[in-house]
Amino acid sequence: MPGPTTLIIWCSGMALELAFVVCSVARRSFLRYFYLNLYFMLVLGVEGIRYLFLTKFGQSSDAYRYAYYYTDTLLTLALYVALVSLYSRVFGELKFGKYVRLTALFLLLGTAAFSYGVIAQSTQRLVTSFAYELSQNLYFVGLVLTYVLWGAILKLRETRTRLVQFVLALGVYFSAYAAIYALVNLASKYSVVSSLAPILGCLLPLSWTITMWRHSEESRLMPARLVAVHR
Amino acid sequence: MMASLIFVVSVVTLLMFFVSYCRSLMASSARHMLSKEVRDVTGIPASASGRDFLRVMQLLQLCPERPEDRSGLQAVGAYFKILGLVQSSVARLVPSLQTWAEHERAGCATYAVVTLDRRIAFSREVLAQQGEY
Repeated sequence: MPGPTTLIIWCSGMALELAFVVCSVARRSFLRYFYLNLYFMLVLGVEGIRYLFLTKFGQSSDAYRYAYYYTDTLLTLALYVALVSLYSRVFGELKFGKYVRLTALFLLLGTAAFSYGVIAQSTQRLVTSFAYELSQNLYFVGLVLTYVLWGAILKLRETRTRLVQFVLALGVYFSAYAAIYALVNLASKYSVVSSLAPILGCLLPLSWTITMWRHSEESRLMPARLVAVHR
Repeated sequence: MMASLIFVVSVVTLLMFFVSYCRSLMASSARHMLSKEVRDVTGIPASASGRDFLRVMQLLQLCPERPEDRSGLQAVGAYFKILGLVQSSVARLVPSLQTWAEHERAGCATYAVVTLDRRIAFSREVLAQQGEY
């Protein structure tokens, strides 16, 4: 079983995820941000499944490891869909929704094919490594897509506070995770690196919940205030 | 090689998103009109400067906490420290960066003052509710 610190971080994360869904319902924005809610509901379900595997098979078992990495891939895919839904909201008025979804699908298939290509050279590792490789690559693709979306928000002079803060928090989350995955590859012997991931996992539901609670759908901010330009 | 590249790109974008996130927090409090009380307590007549930040943070610790303020203040506090680091290192070589960093620090201080104003209003509300019973 994991130590008390890990359990506290785990429970805090779950409480924050639940808080986001409850906040969305209370603020009558559940359907408006359905895919963000779906992601957190999936996270809650996955945490339950992981806990079952953990108690039944133990942390060092293969069954738990498979369950962990494959559910992680599922969650990364769900977050990818949530990101695409934010794209649809930003480009919604420009009627680009269909093209956004098609591009996202092609990008996803491309990432899966690339991950398979990397792993296929070693058939022995295929089953164990595909999920890990796909997650890692999707985090990086997610980071690039969030960066592009942020550029579009600035270009289109988007003013909706909620949307802006959701995208920025997602950018911080994707960047931090992509950095952690890269750091694990660079310095895997330092266990502290891998223990940073659960802490970072709490940041996204925390910032999204605060945004959902503090700002209404009508809140607006000036886009010029968001760019850190020095003159 | 690839992992190093991903790491560098990720850290750069992390900083960029973090700075923009802090600015979006600060922007959401920019339109707030400060009450006379908070202006008297802090001694800030119209706009705060970077030097006021730490003093306002100390005043904030004296007020009952509002849970929704905590993470925003922590993020802006971290941003303020990063700006301090920029001022004491890179900005010494680029003078325009010094002005920019000072302007940003003033934004952080304004955010803290607005938070203080909200906390004072919150404490008053709580006291008024207790008085009713």
